Amino acid sequence: MALLEVTKLGITFGGLHAVEDFSMQIEKGQLYGLIGPNGAGKTTVFNLLTGVYKPTKGSFCLDGEDLTGKSSIEINKKGIARTFQNIRLFHKMSVIDNVKVGLHNQHGYGIFTSFFRLPRYFQEEKNIDREAVELLKVFGLERERDYLASNLPYGKQRKLEIARALATRPKLLLLDEPAAGMNPNETAELMETIKFVRDQFDMTILLIEHDMRLVAGICERLSVLNFGQELASGETAAVLNNPAVITAYLGE
Amino acid sequence: MMKNKKFRSFIINVGIIVALYLVLTVLIQQGILSRSMRNLLVPIGINIILAVSLNLTVGFLGELSLGHAGFMSCGAYAGCIFAVHSGLPPAVAFPIAILIGGLTAAVFGVIIGIPALRLRGDYLAIVTLAFGEIIRSIFTSLTITGGAKGLQGIPRMMDFNIIFIAAVITVVLIANLVKSRHGRAICSIRDNVIAAESAGINVVYYKLLTFVVSAFFAGVAGVLYGFNVGQLTPPTFDFNKSIEILVMVVMGGMGSIPGSIIAAAVITMLPELLRDLDKYRLLIYAVVLIAVMILNASPRFIAMKENMRNKLRFGKNRRVAE
Amino acid sequence: MLIQQLINGLNLGSIYALIALGYTMVYGIAKMLNFAHGDVIMVGGFTMLVTLTALGASLGANPILLTGAAVLASVAVCTVLGVLIEKIAYKPLRNASPLTVLITAIGVSYFLQSLSLLIFGSNARRVNDFFHLGNIALGDVSISGNTVLTLAVTVLIMIGLTLFIRKTKTGRAMLAVSEDKGAAELMGVNVNRTISVTFAIGSALAAVASILYLASFNSYVDPYMGSLPGIKAFVAAVLGGIGSVPGAMIGGILLGLIETITKAYISTNIADAIVFSVLIIVLLVRPTGLLGKKRMEKV
Repeated sequence: MALLEVTKLGITFGGLHAVEDFSMQIEKGQLYGLIGPNGAGKTTVFNLLTGVYKPTKGSFCLDGEDLTGKSSIEINKKGIARTFQNIRLFHKMSVIDNVKVGLHNQHGYGIFTSFFRLPRYFQEEKNIDREAVELLKVFGLERERDYLASNLPYGKQRKLEIARALATRPKLLLLDEPAAGMNPNETAELMETIKFVRDQFDMTILLIEHDMRLVAGICERLSVLNFGQELASGETAAVLNNPAVITAYLGE
Repeated sequence: MMKNKKFRSFIINVGIIVALYLVLTVLIQQGILSRSMRNLLVPIGINIILAVSLNLTVGFLGELSLGHAGFMSCGAYAGCIFAVHSGLPPAVAFPIAILIGGLTAAVFGVIIGIPALRLRGDYLAIVTLAFGEIIRSIFTSLTITGGAKGLQGIPRMMDFNIIFIAAVITVVLIANLVKSRHGRAICSIRDNVIAAESAGINVVYYKLLTFVVSAFFAGVAGVLYGFNVGQLTPPTFDFNKSIEILVMVVMGGMGSIPGSIIAAAVITMLPELLRDLDKYRLLIYAVVLIAVMILNASPRFIAMKENMRNKLRFGKNRRVAE
Repeated sequence: MLIQQLINGLNLGSIYALIALGYTMVYGIAKMLNFAHGDVIMVGGFTMLVTLTALGASLGANPILLTGAAVLASVAVCTVLGVLIEKIAYKPLRNASPLTVLITAIGVSYFLQSLSLLIFGSNARRVNDFFHLGNIALGDVSISGNTVLTLAVTVLIMIGLTLFIRKTKTGRAMLAVSEDKGAAELMGVNVNRTISVTFAIGSALAAVASILYLASFNSYVDPYMGSLPGIKAFVAAVLGGIGSVPGAMIGGILLGLIETITKAYISTNIADAIVFSVLIIVLLVRPTGLLGKKRMEKV
């Protein structure tokens, strides 16, 4: 059974079919790419899969559980985490606290425990701190742990966002244009990081990307969206050589 | 190492609190503090509670509230009406009144927290303002509250020790909350609601929680006020009181608890400090307020502050490295 | 009786609407809650008082000339004041957080109050009758001439303002700045000038409201007279949808009607409570007010 099973998903905004009849299956451990020209509805698919928008048609299941119409919070708890196209960090919080927010639901202690600093507070905070530092190390951010997130350079902000998403211990990670605004060196490094994350955390990753080198370099399968509908899907190489896809990108 | 650092800052904090208590006690007992300054100690403590609790909503949750005096009055009236009518000896009624006041205000915190879930920014601000005004006109028209004449005959119980303990407890509890997973969740909502939700933070719950906790302590402050002054009149809790508390929070720095404490103390003492300038007091206050705001927002000043912060932090890092 | 009350409500509502226009236009353009707007009303009132007293001695004989001079002085002083406040206090804060701007506006409000307290003292002073238009009887209902004047002036101002915004270059610049300041600037709109004009118009309207208020309701001025009408008008602006000019008009009129009816038929004490409750209920149903635009955040 596929980890993510999207069936005929669709949403309309006042008559505009932003996404229509979109289906997709992602196997566990896969690195899956979602590509398409600007305005094709890629980010809308992400918003549907993370509960920011409620689909008007279709459904999607994670690990066999139907998550259609659930809130962002529930969907995150069930195992889908994401990053955003326009980075959304907690900019006035420190780098490590950003990751700790991601760990919020992993370590529970109550309000009274925090008011009165009962022993459980210290135990759990120690665990939270340890796990946050581990994640920062994966992304080479441990030296910046006490910086304000907004003071990080752009590339590191993108990494921090991935670290925060991973902290929620997802089964499926959605990356929305992780390489946007990066130079070729940074992109190459990011590709390594994404592969590393997949192997290290045994993660399934769905990513939106415009950088075709990155897509061709790491994605195993692709789906191509155009005008809200699926244009093609399949093995990366086959999809990228599909004449319809080339036409959609380059025009007639 | 982590634990050591935490332990050290804990010791430092306890040291500061004890030292402050001792210094103030000596100053009082030796008669070094003037009478009017002595009379200000309780109001300072009350304002610290108000400012720190409002900072939770404004500075940490990032929602503007213009009705903190409303929560304060709910608590004040609930607690003090109980104390006046219960027939219990004041010393027994007092702690119960504090609890009743806090809880009543907390209930109103939920009521005002609910619109906070639907409204954003300025619209929420106006709802909190409206809430404060509604409460005030209700208290003016009820008989149990003594109407416009006010509630009289509240036992006057406050002294320096009580207010010191109350303020310390409030500050410690709120600081503890802020430095916990719950506090981080609250701050994450301030910084980016959509990202907070997609990181699994229950935004509804934390917004309500913040309003409730903030209102609870405002209510406690209200009861303390009643037991200090001996009477409650509705105009005490008008829009200007809410603004005064907000000014303390903003002047002290949003999301800075020590800042709120210092600003609350200074602003409460300001009339006394400017006593010689009597007639010009309000004018000076207004000018200072505007000047500080403009200065704080000027890019050059912000850069200077950032510089200083960086220097401080690198100083610290070096020490850790050794 | 009811008709009488409705007319009174319209009278009060028109005045709220005029003040609310100032709040809403400034909010639309500068995205700030100008809490000092209420105090501009107060300055307008004192200007009336001073000019009437000062000129009364010299021009005494001609009441029309005297009133005209006082009205002009009041509008002029408020307009200049509005522009000055913006230049001195708000302009340095263009990119500051909304809360900083709010506190500054409150600081300005305190400043104006304490300054007039210093100059005039805290006692309320009576402004001598300047408008006295007598009453008009329509069957059982008698309408005061001042009410008719207020309604007429308000309607004229609203028509004029709508035309100004729609038809003139400056008006369209205001619309552009309220939509997107940066883009307007790139299109060659002088943002600073547009903001100044907005403050000027808002403050002039506040002066007019102040004069009409003194004429119809309460002919006393004191340093705090602007606070309550200011807050009420602010509520009216939010009720109508802050940033929306027709919203401010509707909000103001509604608020005046609700307040007057409540005072007449329910209770004077809780009239304010009811006004504010209506606001909360409206906002719960329509979170951006009656005519406010809903803005969606793009993810």
